[in-house]
Amino acid sequence: MTRRRNTELGLMLMVVIITASAYVLASLGSQSRIPANIVPFLVLVLGLLLGAHVVVRRLAPNSDPILLPTAALLNGLGYVVIAGLDEKLAAAQATWTAVGVIAFVLTLVVVKRPRSLERYRYTFALGGIVLLLLPLFPVIGRTVNGSRIWVAFGPISFQPGEIAKVVLAIFFAAYLADQRELIATSVWKVGPFRLPDPRYLGPVLVAWAVTLLVMVYQKDLGSSLLFFALFIVMLWVATQRASFLVIGFSLFGAGAFFAWRSFTHVQTRVNIWLDPWKNPAGDGYQIIQSLFAMAFGGVTGTGLGLGGGVRIPASENDFIFAVIAEELGLAGGALVLMAYLLMVGSGLRIATRAEHAFDKLLATGLTLLLGLQAFIIVAGVLRVLPLTGVTLPFVSYGGSSLVVNYVLLALLLRISDQSESARVPVSDMAVVA
Amino acid sequence: MNRNIRKLGVVIIGLYLVLFVKLNWIQVVQKQSLDTNPLNTAQVRRDYNRPRGSISSADGALLAQSIANPDPNSEFDRIRVYPEGDLFGQITGYFSFTFGSSAVERQYNDELAGTTFDQQVSGFSDLFVARENVGNLSVTVRKDVQQAARDALGDRAGSVVALDPRNGDLLAFWSWPSYDPNEISTLDSKAANENWRQLNSAPGNPLRTHQFQDRYFPGSTFKVVTGGIGLQTGKVTDVDPSYPFATSYTAKNTTLPIKNFGGEVCGGTLPEILKTSCNSSFAEMGAETIGADDMVAGAADWGFNSKPPIDLPGAVRSVFPTDVANNAAKLAQSSIGQNDVQASPLQMALVAAGVANGGTIMKPHVLAEVRNSQGEVVKSYTPTPWLHPMTDVFADTMRRDMLGVVQSGTAVGMQIPGFDVGGKTGTAQLGTTPPRSHTWIIGFAGPPGQPPTVAIAVVVLDQSGANESTGGVVAAPIAKAVLTAALKAQGYGS
Repeated sequence: MTRRRNTELGLMLMVVIITASAYVLASLGSQSRIPANIVPFLVLVLGLLLGAHVVVRRLAPNSDPILLPTAALLNGLGYVVIAGLDEKLAAAQATWTAVGVIAFVLTLVVVKRPRSLERYRYTFALGGIVLLLLPLFPVIGRTVNGSRIWVAFGPISFQPGEIAKVVLAIFFAAYLADQRELIATSVWKVGPFRLPDPRYLGPVLVAWAVTLLVMVYQKDLGSSLLFFALFIVMLWVATQRASFLVIGFSLFGAGAFFAWRSFTHVQTRVNIWLDPWKNPAGDGYQIIQSLFAMAFGGVTGTGLGLGGGVRIPASENDFIFAVIAEELGLAGGALVLMAYLLMVGSGLRIATRAEHAFDKLLATGLTLLLGLQAFIIVAGVLRVLPLTGVTLPFVSYGGSSLVVNYVLLALLLRISDQSESARVPVSDMAVVA
Repeated sequence: MNRNIRKLGVVIIGLYLVLFVKLNWIQVVQKQSLDTNPLNTAQVRRDYNRPRGSISSADGALLAQSIANPDPNSEFDRIRVYPEGDLFGQITGYFSFTFGSSAVERQYNDELAGTTFDQQVSGFSDLFVARENVGNLSVTVRKDVQQAARDALGDRAGSVVALDPRNGDLLAFWSWPSYDPNEISTLDSKAANENWRQLNSAPGNPLRTHQFQDRYFPGSTFKVVTGGIGLQTGKVTDVDPSYPFATSYTAKNTTLPIKNFGGEVCGGTLPEILKTSCNSSFAEMGAETIGADDMVAGAADWGFNSKPPIDLPGAVRSVFPTDVANNAAKLAQSSIGQNDVQASPLQMALVAAGVANGGTIMKPHVLAEVRNSQGEVVKSYTPTPWLHPMTDVFADTMRRDMLGVVQSGTAVGMQIPGFDVGGKTGTAQLGTTPPRSHTWIIGFAGPPGQPPTVAIAVVVLDQSGANESTGGVVAAPIAKAVLTAALKAQGYGS
């Protein structure tokens, strides 16, 4: 199946050309000069992305050819936009991209079979919960911009919640692959309703409790929504019982309502969402500036590096989508949305083609993480939902998120490679050999 | 499970569709209203953080430049400074993220930012060289001449416009009160707002570029236009007609006489009545010798009732009334620059320049050239004619007549030893008690026997007194000082 890899190589080369051209244009725009470091930059980008491709060619030859180039395109576009905002951040982002690609390679090397992860489910469960709660510990926990989601060990600081997402997705997949038959068939009749057996509602309640904890103590609304949606949707996919969706989202709704009534930081977020114009120079400033920026971009955008991005606070992170929509316009914004849909499509296709329940569930969970996280932050920027600070996968500035997303990507490719290899007819195998 | 996975896919597509619709809503449907929201400073902020070229005077003084912002915590990397302060404020304009931009900063924004098509293309051609692709602009106005205008006018409200009549280069472009663009372009938005408020409520409106954004009664300086129309239509020559010596003129079928200053008796041929600035004669010339149709058409030929094509935003048109066909009294008054006639100082300078340049008025402009960061010229101004109100023979006649006004008429205060100087005074009475007037002078100067190299208009507002000598006494020394400085800058004289 070298055709898949050749497709991937072709797409990768296109991404490299697009990213390099965008970088030149952005530098011309923001600095009015061609970047002097264009050659080392090109070599670095080329080297990293093509390196990743070569590794996939060797280690996962039959995997999906779309995911890696799409992620590379988003990563490259994000890098260009970040470079236009702040050169120092760009250098750090390049370093994190390198670390991300290394993590991608290591994941492919270490995880030979996805189901080998299944055995360590409770280790992952414990790890996930510890990672989630880590920022709450004294000494190492850090509060940044009102959210306590950072951990610092000496000079290295990271967001353990980002890692927890993937770790918990693995646990959920393993747990549900194991228990789904039991959960699906057990029925607790309450009058005319056929509810799941309360025994199996336990994990749902645990997930709900952890989610609320994250929301209340870490003030990280986006991540709590993401965790909960991840668990409930995986439960629904595993058991095929819609009642879990109803129960789950009712619980989340009740929790969110309670949080809104009880916590000022939640109220503030909701009030800004409902009417940012009430205090345009204060609370509403960020979202209003983001709306101005996107409107300024119009259909075709101001051109790379020609946006006024600096005036949106956190523009390199939560609001990077607004900067892209300003500089590349509706066309660029739609392109980013399409890229995520493409990745979601590829991911879910991998899930449907996987043979084992664990692989299916893991692929679904990982894809959902990616697609839903992008949806949550873009919806916040566009004022479709209240703004919750999560990163735009592969695009936003931030090391933890980037590295974890590359690991996520590697796991998806590993699952894809395994199921496609199993489907390759014997005659094809001979050709490959 | 596959069925639910596919359902999940459909749901996610639905979610993204919502985002796409909302993105369209913001960037297409609401674009107009968001762009024009008063809280939106996107346009200027965008330009503010980009490198921007400098502005220099013709004699090399730095008028505006962008320097690194000394405040590392600021959201802006650069600040715009104006080393000459209010001396060139009206020419450079301001560049503020709160109030937008004005004058050269606005007119030549793309050139300064390096975003014109030509600059972008040349920026691509040297792909691997690190440098800023901005444009450094120089203006035709000279600091030494501008300074002379400022010193001569002092703290009296008024305007001085001096230009080279041969190509339209503005040499001095000054009016008082002026303002310091640093006060508005400061990054301290609180201070900028306060300064803006004060400047807007200050007497004399310092933020207006009075030279071409305000207009006044031109008074007797308009007689150059009336005489010029007479010559061009062939109805007036240097010897004919000779107007009756009188103290006043009363238009036909009217009763209100137009009096001469101080009840003087004056009259005669064009050179004579120009020297004495004879109201009764010029009123009769406009009302009877030339007539309404030719006066209206002729005034338009001199640039009245259209905006002067200066390369700065916001010029106003000067006015000559067009409803004079059946109103002999109004036509007579208009012929001596009263009634509804209104002229900007720039317009009157262009009248003088037209006489000086053989009857052709060149487009006035401040742009000299734009150079890239290597010093190569990427854009330069090409002199272009605007109007041609007189043939060169008639222009020569008017030029000699105006030389006479300086030799032995009301403008003797403008004489510069060793140069040919022509001019015409004006005193536009404001009808107040005690009498006050706008005092004018327009004219030109050049080396002996050669075409004039400088044309000028000076107006000093609201001076006490109302006789014809007032213009000569107040405005002539200013014109003389500025002409002298300009001739010296051109390499003539000491």
